Amino acid sequence: MATSPSQTLPAQAPKSLFQKLELDMRLLGMIGAFIVLCIGFDIITEGRFLTPRNVFNLSIQTVSVAIMACGMVFVIVTRHIDLSVGALLATCSAIMAMTQTQILPYTLDMGLNHPATWIITIVVGLIAGTLIGAFHGFLVGYLTIPAFIVTLGGFLIWRNVAWYLTGGQTIGPLDANFIKLGGTNGTLGESTSWALGIVLTAAALWALWSARQARARHGFSVKPMWAQAVLSGITAVAILGFVAVLNAYEIPQRRLERMFEARGEVMPEGLTGVGYGLPFSVLILIVVAIVLTVVARRTRLGRYIFATGGNPDAAELSGINTRLLTVKVFALMGFLCALSAVVASARLSNHSNDIGTLDELRVIAAAVIGGTALSGGIGTIYGAILGALIMQALQSGMAMVGVDAPFQNIVVGLVLVLAVFIDILYRKKLGA
Amino acid sequence: MVDRSGTPLVEMQNISISFGGIKAVDDVSVDLYPGEVHGLLGHNGAGKSTLIKVLSGAYHKNGGQIRIDGKPVEINNPRDARANNIETIYQTLALADNLDATSNLFLGREMVTPMGLVNDAAMEAECRKIMGQLNPNFQKFHEPVSALSGGQRQSVAIARAVYFNARILIMDEPTAALGPHETQMVADLIQKLKAQGIGIFLIDHDVHAVMELCDRASVMKNGQLVGTVDIPDVTDDDLLSMIILGKKPASAA
Ligand SMILES: Nc1ncnc2c1ncn2[C@@H]1O[C@H](COP(=O)(O)OP(=O)(O)OP(=O)(O)O)[C@@H](O)[C@H]1O
Ligand SMILES: [Mg+2]
Repeated sequence: MATSPSQTLPAQAPKSLFQKLELDMRLLGMIGAFIVLCIGFDIITEGRFLTPRNVFNLSIQTVSVAIMACGMVFVIVTRHIDLSVGALLATCSAIMAMTQTQILPYTLDMGLNHPATWIITIVVGLIAGTLIGAFHGFLVGYLTIPAFIVTLGGFLIWRNVAWYLTGGQTIGPLDANFIKLGGTNGTLGESTSWALGIVLTAAALWALWSARQARARHGFSVKPMWAQAVLSGITAVAILGFVAVLNAYEIPQRRLERMFEARGEVMPEGLTGVGYGLPFSVLILIVVAIVLTVVARRTRLGRYIFATGGNPDAAELSGINTRLLTVKVFALMGFLCALSAVVASARLSNHSNDIGTLDELRVIAAAVIGGTALSGGIGTIYGAILGALIMQALQSGMAMVGVDAPFQNIVVGLVLVLAVFIDILYRKKLGA
Repeated sequence: MVDRSGTPLVEMQNISISFGGIKAVDDVSVDLYPGEVHGLLGHNGAGKSTLIKVLSGAYHKNGGQIRIDGKPVEINNPRDARANNIETIYQTLALADNLDATSNLFLGREMVTPMGLVNDAAMEAECRKIMGQLNPNFQKFHEPVSALSGGQRQSVAIARAVYFNARILIMDEPTAALGPHETQMVADLIQKLKAQGIGIFLIDHDVHAVMELCDRASVMKNGQLVGTVDIPDVTDDDLLSMIILGKKPASAA
């Protein structure tokens, strides 16, 4: 029985170096493109692009789109689309703005900047976003209205609900604690950032190592030891390097004085060169990325999301409640829109009527540039975040170089189409 | 010889289902006893797959009743069918192409670690065990099933149906894509499952295979039941004429 005439194993093609190293070529390509982009802009701007200040700004500008792009991966993987994320962000932002500047301080008489305001506001916003998302999911999953239509309607509805809620006014300034989640106003500081960087590095190295151990335990081929070491080294340098750069961005002296004043302390004489460290908003993105990656790879929910995208009928026949799954996926998307709304409005320290405009396109583009297939079933969280980073780097780089606004958008559009074309070529070559 | 004196494992009584005015299944009654292989035969489009999809929860019947162990049951979706220990190998295989063999085998019934995360290592070990019995040459455990051959995909679908201790097994053309060697292995498997007291509905176009594997056979034509016969009482030609002419042969009437 060991050999049968009807089934011979095809001769193994000799493995290329890349195959031996078990590297994800797609990921490498994206990282490569990102690095080339950054270095290119840095050369053109004579070193102004890769300064700590600009890296810091780039990070906090990417967060809002990146958070939503993570949710969009799941939506697109299940063969749906969400055109309403920018508008939903605006509605959540408007609800939270009214909660923290009107309802809590005046209607409930808690006064301005009450210590509980920020958390109550966020909970209200997250609940609103999740409920609206779940409602979209109900219309798509149970009433079988195409997601394109439901969210196109949602795009118009939520953008204008936001307008109605605020009367089109800019609402601000927002709660003093709330705006710490936006970026510059709230960072971990140098030592905590280092500590977190070290913890994250250790976790990443452990994950790489245990993945290798698991493969070895099952008798699968593993990378040569030196390759494992190099990969671990690069990972550690990348994480700690990022922390070092953010720490190197120094808080301006004036601002530092005001921070001490706000705490009722006197700034020590000669205190200079205090770095910002990791912004809270970036920390939120890191947590979202880790949690959703675990959901995608290691939970039943994630397995069902990908199975449904690969073959909805098969998923249904396997006993998966694909309708409820659709509700969950859109509810998660709504939750992440609300989270993005926190970060986006906190960064601007007010709610403006046009917040989140065109974000739906940026978010979908980030997911797609990051390798999410619109035909469903394929996509990664880290890809979407890289996609968001690449787009933001392009946009800020061009702005810094002085490219006219219309050309900036034209280039971003071209890059989107080109990225998908390269992806198609790559998949064809892989035969997948 | 199968003992058919007790309560049938499955009774499908007067099942009807129509799609937009077309009666795909029209007042069909079949039953199945423990340890029995019941063949379903008929032209393309006769309604065989539609009939068994009512039992597997994929379709809603318009009329009729299903009893299991003599008790009426409601099967409204595939989860209900699984809860009644009904497993199905679909003609279309129903695999998620982007997932690997292990994920497909356990789809909807993943093994989890104490923390509630899916236990891929344990599932793969189980998958290797069952595939080793069904198709020892199967090696592609880490590729999405879209990269498998038709026969390999069919092996995965068969493994999924037999792994979970079914009492009632539905096989819709399980060997359509298999080579002669693998087909023989499925025939052996059917004998083994039968000996364990599992009831099997087997849809197959190969009259010869039905004669060999089945205890009884039902023939359908244009959504209606032509008749049910005991295999020992009929010949290949009798079955063929039932399929073609749509009439029960005189000898078995
Ligand atoms: N989902 C559906 N929608 C509409 N019509 C359907 C559907 N499924 C089956 N039918 C129709 O019902 C009839 C019976 O189909 P069925 O698949 O049960 O045939 P079958 O006996 O399994 O044929 P085959 O041997 O080709 O598999 C056909 O006329 C088919 O066109
Ligand atoms: Mg059929």
